[in-house]
Amino acid sequence: MTGEALAFYVLAALTLASGLVVVTSPNIVHSAVALVPSFLGVTGLYVLLNAEFLAGIQILIYAGAITVLILFVIMLTEGGTGMRARQRNEQGPIGAAVAAAMAVLLITVATHTAWPRGAGTLPAYTTAAIGRSFLGANILVFEGTSIVLLVSLIGAIIIARKEE
Amino acid sequence: MPWYLELLRAVAGTILIFSGVAVIAAMFGVLLERKISAWIQSRLGPKHVGPQGLLQTLADTLKLLQKENIVPRRADPVIFASAVIVVPLAALLDYVVIPFGTTRAGPLIFRDLNIGVLYFAATSALVVVGILMAGWGSNNKYALLGGLRSAAQMVSYEIPMGLALITVALLAGSLSTVTIVNAQAGLWNIVSQPVAFLIFLVAATAEVNRTPFDLVEAESELVAGYFSEYTGMRFALFQLGEYGEMFAMAAMAVTLFLGGWRGPILPPVLWFVIKLYALIFVFMWVRWTFPRFRIDQLLGFSWKVLIPVALLNLVVTAFFVVVAHR
Repeated sequence: MTGEALAFYVLAALTLASGLVVVTSPNIVHSAVALVPSFLGVTGLYVLLNAEFLAGIQILIYAGAITVLILFVIMLTEGGTGMRARQRNEQGPIGAAVAAAMAVLLITVATHTAWPRGAGTLPAYTTAAIGRSFLGANILVFEGTSIVLLVSLIGAIIIARKEE
Repeated sequence: MPWYLELLRAVAGTILIFSGVAVIAAMFGVLLERKISAWIQSRLGPKHVGPQGLLQTLADTLKLLQKENIVPRRADPVIFASAVIVVPLAALLDYVVIPFGTTRAGPLIFRDLNIGVLYFAATSALVVVGILMAGWGSNNKYALLGGLRSAAQMVSYEIPMGLALITVALLAGSLSTVTIVNAQAGLWNIVSQPVAFLIFLVAATAEVNRTPFDLVEAESELVAGYFSEYTGMRFALFQLGEYGEMFAMAAMAVTLFLGGWRGPILPPVLWFVIKLYALIFVFMWVRWTFPRFRIDQLLGFSWKVLIPVALLNLVVTAFFVVVAHR
């Protein structure tokens, strides 16, 4: 087994194991904290794929900011403990059915795909390539995203203002 | 290089960084902090252990090693124990991309990542996860309040810091720390980017939770904030993380704005150390001469002053970069 394959299996196991903790833990704070190793495992997979810019952003946004915001919100509710927040509700069977259908779909797709190798070569410096793509061919999508973010920002301010 | 040798190198590097940071940054940093605070307050500071009190922190560390580890009864044992690892680890990860100097063989850096600056921002953002874990895991209201304040503060100050980092990267045309230092061969960035330097310094002070931004551990209201319940070596590890993070921030400021290892006559590593300690002195000077902010002033300052100024600075810099490239 090559080092790369070994690294992949270790990272995949880390991602899946902590993902399992996220969905099964009865304690909501444990779930939120378990997101961090899961995100870090995904970061490692990005690094294995030579996507260093995505890896950096993954840590900064997901492991750093999103997890912190989730924890922050949990601690602001329920007297700061999050212990009484229910993790399950009466919709368990429906959720299980949806999850099973999704699993069947994913497994079917995975087994029926030919998995061809991508054409072309990786750019030497993906950060610059991503920047060019954002401000060149995909500028409309990029600007559309920024408008969506701006709208949510303004919405958040308006909601916060109402309470005054 | 085969992968197991790479792995071995990573382990060796980790041990090197850990011991170097533990001894130089944390131990010497604490001593320096006490000496400088004493000097500012017209006291003598530690004086008795070793010549001029030089071994005081060593004695304190040995003392802390022997202390009992107390876990509060209602605390969450897993979160409580693992927070201690997250905080220093996140601080130590910063050192991977800091170029300490240059030799004939090339720059003295653990790994010159081509996303160096982004990597630094990302790893320093991880500290707050550890702080939140410590605050919640202790099952103590003061610790929880400290953790909450830390989350609000660090999320707010990461944005101006990131904008200052982007401005510098824009000037150098690269995210690699070595390239950024090389781009400052003619003119240090502090001359061309004084605004970004100031923003970075202010945001760094807030990120490492030092006065005037130390609401996270404000002793007059929160005992010690998120690490109130920690004793013995666990307490020492939080101190290590805090001082490690402060040294990393200062080292990054040197790299980005003060020309890194560059300077005349003296060897590059020495120049780096001189600049590093000059900035450390500024951090300590600020800590012992300014009163603490209030939390709303602190957050308002970031969102209403620092972020608009940093954005404006970024736009102006981008404009001049584009004009220069025409």
